[in-house]
Amino acid sequence: MRGIVKDFPGIRANDGVDFELRRGEVHALLGENGAGKTTLSNLLAGIHRPDAGEIEIRGEPVELRSPRQAIDRGIGMVHQHFKLVRRFTVAENLTLGWHSPRGVIRRRSLEREIATLAESYGIQVRPERPVWQLTVGEQQRVELLKNLYRGADVLVLDEPTAVLAPQEAEALFTTLRRMACEGRGIVLITHKLEEVLAASDRVTVLHRGRNVATVPTSSTTADELARLMIGDEVVPALRSQRAPTGDVMLRLVDVEADDERGAHVLRGIGLNVHEGEIVGLAGVAGNGQRELAEVVVGLRHVRAGRVLFREREITHWPIRRRIEAGIGYVPEDRLGQGVAPGLSLVDNLVAKRYRQPSIGGRVLVSPERARRAAEDLVGRFDIRVGSVDAPAATLSGGNLQKVVLARELSADPALLVAAQPTRGLDVGAAEAVRRLLLEQRDAGRALLLISEDLDELLALSDRIAVVHAGRINGEFAAPDFDVHEIGLRMAGQAAA
Amino acid sequence: MTRARPALRAIAVQIGAVAVGLVLSALLLTVIGQSPVNTLEALLKGAFGSDFALTQTALKAVPLALAGLAVAVPLRMNLWNIGAEGQLLAGAIGATWVALTFGDWPAGALVPAMVVASIVAGAFWAGLAAAPRAYLGVNEIITTLLLNFVAVLAVAYLVTGPWRSTEESSLNLPVTNLFSDAALLPSVGSLNAGIFFPLVIALVLMILLGRTRFGFEVRMIGASPDTARAVGMPIARNILVVLLVGGAIAGIAGMIEVSTTFGRLRQGLSPGYGFMGIAIAALAGTSIVGTLVVAFLFAGFVVGGLALQTEGVPQAFVLLVQGIIIFCALAGTRLGSSPLRRLLPRRGGTQAVPTEDLSSP
Repeated sequence: MRGIVKDFPGIRANDGVDFELRRGEVHALLGENGAGKTTLSNLLAGIHRPDAGEIEIRGEPVELRSPRQAIDRGIGMVHQHFKLVRRFTVAENLTLGWHSPRGVIRRRSLEREIATLAESYGIQVRPERPVWQLTVGEQQRVELLKNLYRGADVLVLDEPTAVLAPQEAEALFTTLRRMACEGRGIVLITHKLEEVLAASDRVTVLHRGRNVATVPTSSTTADELARLMIGDEVVPALRSQRAPTGDVMLRLVDVEADDERGAHVLRGIGLNVHEGEIVGLAGVAGNGQRELAEVVVGLRHVRAGRVLFREREITHWPIRRRIEAGIGYVPEDRLGQGVAPGLSLVDNLVAKRYRQPSIGGRVLVSPERARRAAEDLVGRFDIRVGSVDAPAATLSGGNLQKVVLARELSADPALLVAAQPTRGLDVGAAEAVRRLLLEQRDAGRALLLISEDLDELLALSDRIAVVHAGRINGEFAAPDFDVHEIGLRMAGQAAA
Repeated sequence: MTRARPALRAIAVQIGAVAVGLVLSALLLTVIGQSPVNTLEALLKGAFGSDFALTQTALKAVPLALAGLAVAVPLRMNLWNIGAEGQLLAGAIGATWVALTFGDWPAGALVPAMVVASIVAGAFWAGLAAAPRAYLGVNEIITTLLLNFVAVLAVAYLVTGPWRSTEESSLNLPVTNLFSDAALLPSVGSLNAGIFFPLVIALVLMILLGRTRFGFEVRMIGASPDTARAVGMPIARNILVVLLVGGAIAGIAGMIEVSTTFGRLRQGLSPGYGFMGIAIAALAGTSIVGTLVVAFLFAGFVVGGLALQTEGVPQAFVLLVQGIIIFCALAGTRLGSSPLRRLLPRRGGTQAVPTEDLSSP
């Protein structure tokens, strides 16, 4: 792949990427969230088409117009979210959409054929089992097998270990190694340094849509990779950063919690946020950031440890009680959790205040007063919209985020938890959101800012706490952030 | 982007779908040797063409409208109350118990007591499914559906067992004794007081859903449960309440049936009003006024269908034509709204950018 450029509305996801995969190697594609890894692999798999640049397979320029064409050229993709029909058996999933069976399917012989194929790669799977009975790790093996069955000799795996237990991950790497030995090329997309070092032959690092380096894995170190991945350009500070002076607003003591799948993701978090300060939570995606935010706002059950707000224990308080006590939340999933896309701006803007006397009584809610309150917020937060009756879904990402912020701030929170507040926004909108967050800090509110954009954290935070594997792995105070050290802590290195 | 365009489009699709249904029905009628035009004329005349027809239609519309509302209200929160039929029967049982036990009360006390009993019984029946749904996540479609059969059997047990009529005039049929006159809803001209119930309840619902905290929460939860939860709304409690409200409304329909049409509890009390209510609510798109209108048209279809039999169209055929038109209209609802739903979330901005951001765990 040479000089690959791919634009999405408002963002250039790939900006002149060169990437070369050799026969028989496991090639890691490393980068932060949003660095362009998934985009690049989607171009390879024929899901998107590049705006510029060319793709060659075995020295021959190709144009991949559809996933089907990519498959025909021997490119197989294992997505993060498996493309399997849960009610079908393993064998049925493998043949689905491939050899369209004419007439009778010879189930037995098909299953035997698949079992033999699986065995030759040391993949344990029973072809007659329906997919919904399989564990996530087994389903992933079925995805791999599907690509082998279709004769893929380039395999692209997008964050394959995100869903796996450590032992399963090891087994996966062994399988990948065996496939590479047979002359296949494997692309391993990841943002985990340990995996790169453990499983790959070469590594290409992407940063902000550009490839910054391609090096043999044996001649590099976690240290160097972390620096390449995060970049070391100097970020101009948006404003003076300072040491905390106010009272402790939020205190987390040895907090432990599980994720939806029951995995133990928070493993003893200790963290304080003072009034009048922004604490940035840095970390590679999937190290417990989302769960941490949910624990604070009450969306996630705390299994051990304590959450204190203004030194009062709120560990098991319901969400509404926390809101009334003064905790605001800007969720990461704007359209799923931040707003109800189908409802009007009025409904969305007053969704936390409809019980207050300014809008409703004990029983009633006044649509007229709700409307006036919404119009007031639209003006104060400069939300660009034709009418407050428009459904939230019609707004741009930036305006949508302003709606969420307007709603949260209008409840006058003492603590605001903001998760990925500028993700997906264009530069101008992101800047406006950042300025708004700073204003809140200057107004004396406490802010817990969770972001995968390290530059943003460096620019906004008074302190930065690094989270790794569900624990706080180091804290740094403004103004002298050691970016290099932060990068290492994000990668899991313990304090020296 | 305005909202008017997709809305107009949805309505156009809907009208087109009903037209397709009519054409299909006409073709079928031609096949069995009936003139489609004459048949349609007879249907409309039988439903709306005379005072008598209109009275019959209005009477039929009462239980249909209430059953429709019983489905429409929970549907606002994407909960499918398939159990309006059972809740209606439960309400009938509750009202009957009051009528048989306190038959010597004056009408001014007895009728309100029957209404209250039917509300409690209907809500209780819905609650049997609502509580497991709210607190354990047990699928309400299955539970409300199955409770219908339990209710049917409960009625059968009561009218053949403990409440079986002791009157000779009942010819030993499986019915209860006739209620005292005080237990019957008063007449209003050629109609009865039952006609007011759907209108009053609809008004109450419009205020409840449009201008109260409860209504606001129902709207938010229906539109986005995750967002509603994140802003602190009590999801489980609202699931419970909204289904109880639906059950209560269906229960009232049961009370009206026993205290007007029959004057007693009997088997076969409802010819499937609760199930027709599902189609009515779905066609009306959970609109309260829409549910009343659709229920009235539906009632016309049922009453007019009876008139068609005198034209030589078999009754089964009337049902078939009904089915075709409902099917097409419902398909139209889907066609009209689903492209809209698919388009809406995409305009939000973040989803247009398929970087890793969206797929990371």
